[in-house]
Amino acid sequence: MNLAAATNESLAEMSNVLIYSSMAVYTLAFLAHIAEWVLGSRSRVGRTAAALTPARTAAPAAVPQVKAAGGTAVLDRPKVVTRSAGGARDVPDGPGAAGGDEQGDLYGRIAVSLTTLAFLVEAAGVVTRAISVQRAPWGNMYEFSTTFSTVAVGAYLGFLLARKNVRWMGLPLVTTVLLDLGIATTWLYTESDQLVPALHSYWLWIHVSTAIFCGAVFYLGAVATLLYLFRDSYESKLAGGGSPSAFARSVLERLPAAASLDKFAYRVNAAIFPLWTFTIIAGAIWAGDAWGRYWGWDAKEVWSFITWVAYAAYLHARATAGWKGRKAAYIALIAFACFLFNYYGVNIFVNSKHSYAGV
Amino acid sequence: MSKTDTSAVNRASEAEAASEAETASEAEAGAQLSTAPREDTSTGGPTLGPIGWLRWFWRQLTSMRVALILLFLLSLGAIPGSLIPQNGVDEMKVQDFKAAHPGLTPLYEKLQLFDVYSSVWFSAIYILLFVSLIGCIVPRSWQFVGQLRGRPPAAPKRLTRLPAYTTWHTEATPEQVDEAALRLLKGRRYRAHRAKGSVAGEKGYLREAGNLLFHVALIVMLVAFATGQLFKSEGGKLVVEGDGFSNTLPLYDDFRSGSLFDNDDLAPFSFTLDQFSGTYETSGPQRGTPRTFEADVSYSVPGGPDKKGRIKVNEPLVVEGTKVYLISHGYAPVVTVRDPRGEVVFKGAVPLLPVDNNITSTGVIKVMDGYRDKKGEKEQLGLPAFFVPTYAGKGHGQMFSQFPGLAFPALNLGAYHGDLRVNGGLPQNVYQLDRSKLKPFKDKNGDVFKQTLLPGETMKLPDGAGSVTFEKEIKEWASFQISQQPGNGLALAGAIAAIAGLAGSLFIQRRRVWVRATAGPDGVTVVEMAGLGRSESAKLPEELAELAARLHAVAPTVPAAEGPGGGDATDALVGEEPQAAAPEAADREAADREAAAPEAAAPEAVAPEAADPEAAAPEAVDPEAADPDAASPAGPAEPAADSADSAVTPADSARPPAPGKPARSGGPAADSAGSAASGKPARPAADPAGSPTPGKPTRAAASAADPAAPADSVDPAEEGAEK
Repeated sequence: MNLAAATNESLAEMSNVLIYSSMAVYTLAFLAHIAEWVLGSRSRVGRTAAALTPARTAAPAAVPQVKAAGGTAVLDRPKVVTRSAGGARDVPDGPGAAGGDEQGDLYGRIAVSLTTLAFLVEAAGVVTRAISVQRAPWGNMYEFSTTFSTVAVGAYLGFLLARKNVRWMGLPLVTTVLLDLGIATTWLYTESDQLVPALHSYWLWIHVSTAIFCGAVFYLGAVATLLYLFRDSYESKLAGGGSPSAFARSVLERLPAAASLDKFAYRVNAAIFPLWTFTIIAGAIWAGDAWGRYWGWDAKEVWSFITWVAYAAYLHARATAGWKGRKAAYIALIAFACFLFNYYGVNIFVNSKHSYAGV
Repeated sequence: MSKTDTSAVNRASEAEAASEAETASEAEAGAQLSTAPREDTSTGGPTLGPIGWLRWFWRQLTSMRVALILLFLLSLGAIPGSLIPQNGVDEMKVQDFKAAHPGLTPLYEKLQLFDVYSSVWFSAIYILLFVSLIGCIVPRSWQFVGQLRGRPPAAPKRLTRLPAYTTWHTEATPEQVDEAALRLLKGRRYRAHRAKGSVAGEKGYLREAGNLLFHVALIVMLVAFATGQLFKSEGGKLVVEGDGFSNTLPLYDDFRSGSLFDNDDLAPFSFTLDQFSGTYETSGPQRGTPRTFEADVSYSVPGGPDKKGRIKVNEPLVVEGTKVYLISHGYAPVVTVRDPRGEVVFKGAVPLLPVDNNITSTGVIKVMDGYRDKKGEKEQLGLPAFFVPTYAGKGHGQMFSQFPGLAFPALNLGAYHGDLRVNGGLPQNVYQLDRSKLKPFKDKNGDVFKQTLLPGETMKLPDGAGSVTFEKEIKEWASFQISQQPGNGLALAGAIAAIAGLAGSLFIQRRRVWVRATAGPDGVTVVEMAGLGRSESAKLPEELAELAARLHAVAPTVPAAEGPGGGDATDALVGEEPQAAAPEAADREAADREAAAPEAAAPEAVAPEAADPEAAAPEAVDPEAADPDAASPAGPAEPAADSADSAVTPADSARPPAPGKPARSGGPAADSAGSAASGKPARPAADPAGSPTPGKPTRAAASAADPAAPADSVDPAEEGAEK
């Protein structure tokens, strides 16, 4: 028993060291991303003009040819012509943070590598923490926060691995991950320990893990939505013949087109919405076992519900004229703000049955 | 149209935006088209009769925009309940809040802010929302049934305009190509059929089904929740080890029930708490944190055998559909009180209430009958008790427990005599002492008598007034919540259905594929294939490519020597692309309604269609291009079905819809599609009589009026979001 306790403590210690190490590596990744953006601003010549050019010249690029599957005689196979059903503007995606600059791109790749390393280190930190307490590492806000950022970065790397165009998200993501870890280690730190009996349930694995996953992916959606809003006003300024500020020209121009950002945010949010629904329902089932009612308007429940309704409103708004685009994006941001409040606000300021999460 | 219409059904607001353009065109083309009274589209206006108002109200309520607003209100309305203490959640906190804010309390009470979730205004929001929901999904389900009974519409005129397109020449005859295509599509579980010289296939109906299922499931969940609230019962009972409880109303410490609950509904059972055990962290920074709580009980139902059960914090005992939860626990020291003559006047376990995490407990031992003082006069005794499971030791300050487990228990007792005032009929807190008619025993120094006892010790009351023994046996008590809530199963079923429906509506892509084989002048067959999804999806072109490859295997490309005519024709088709894209982009802008005037897009794009002899229906749809008389009720089914095509052709859809038709929920297209399939003549699309209010299309009718839907600027999952 004593020996076991000793192992646990050293593991917990190791976990802390790993988390701090990951913060160091994230900081390096952050710097590399900064370098990427700075260097990328050099080769700006001609790109503004490209962004200004209306869709028509870009149209051929938007008509890729999809080869028929398993084409040995490709030339003989029918070629599929696609036609983009774009919105009002057909602006091409920006070139990315590196802006076509080779050195910038190099730094960008370094940043992604460092982020991957930091992710692995952080994940190891979370796992050692879990082993040290021999339970799911989601018993308090410190553990929740570290897992949250791990999953968010993991999702980002997953998108990169799937060859999605998400590298633009690197800088904001790494910045906020650092912020999250800083808050976690400074204010939310809790010694590694066992759980109170109310948390002894396999539902902890189900309910909390999905909640963390939803939060992390919603977060990616929120970042994309926020950038969409900036990029969209930049594009509409360009389209209207106005001249955006130097900052906008340099930075926003390198982001993907507003339509792409919007679509990314939408897909992410829509894909995760059923899982969030499931999270709430799993929580209700657990509450039914633990507290004697599946729904009791506890503060956490209320805010989960508010978050759910806000995301539902977002999905509906996307399909409603007059609400598409910017307004829907604002709703998505509000929805994510609700999620954040549900996490920090309810845990810290509101007396809730979930408050044993520990601050 | 029938493909896109259900999903577009909700977009009443778009339709309303469209209605402006509509009224403009109505002015010229639709002047003598409709006999329905004109209405002021901007306000609804006082000219409406009561029925008109009702209709207007219903349309507003079931419109997407109002649904959206209600969703907002619902989330806003839920907020105060999370910040202000709620009666339903914690009444003690409500009392504290009221005491702390005497000024705010009356206002809050008036606004029902202590009962937000059962308040009139909150109920109004969600009831309206659900009415709106029902008003939306009923017509949509109806339409969906129509779609299932109907068939995918025939290929639109110009397949090149669809988001994915391919073409080649083959020597196979059109008949062979059609047959192969039909087999291929059916093999891929498309619903496919031959329609007017083309093969049309559609897949992914589960998307709409899932969407409907999700929204129905929401209603089921609401009903389940309401049932649960109305019929529930919930009570608390504190049970000391060795004692029992049987499930009847008088035995509860506190009891709450829904308004439709009948006391006879209480499930007949009883249980005895055999043993309670709690374990705690014994070392480390979290020393004292609870680790396990377990209550071992024996329970039985009338006529049944005794059974053993164990109740844990997360694992209630379920008897006869009633759940028994372990809520809290504490200690009940066993105390024996003797009178001056040494006779036992009280012996029993006295449950004390914990006041901190280490279970420092307080309470009162009340000796009500049997005690006589030295003079033999009847009196009552009240002994305020402080109990600590782990005592810090004498001289270590106050009676505060150091640890929640029974490591070093100690009991501190005071002693009062006189009248406990328990017989006055007023309910009294068993854990508190009413000292108004009591006198404290004093020690030799004249101080209030108090003593701390260890287990087994006895304290003598001053002046030989008797003694109190703190027995070695210390019992624990556990409090249980016994609740019965019907509708849980229904709620769970609803929840599962909701997730399944949501997954279906967000992850399944509904798409159509058309294959058209036409014989060229030189005997070579031109095969065209095109796909249309609800959205711009990367998967659609891939799927089309695969289908094309399969079909191509059956009907391979003509070897090099193509007839010049045929070759040119296809090349021209593809070559035209860039030019075709230009007007279309404009169309889509127009389709967006916010950006551009629809007229700009219409003429050029419309021209070829209007010239098409088959395009009778588009005429009906488009007041600009057609004589309104052409939309006379005599119109046969086929053209109406064609109007379905027009929907998938963005150019057509960009045109303002005819004012007359959006009357019935199905929308003309779905309707015509259905009737076309059943072989009956379609109801004329622009039947003026069928339109109560031309200017204001209903949500359902918005499908017809909705330009954005066919333009398909919608993302894959978007449809799922719509009600």
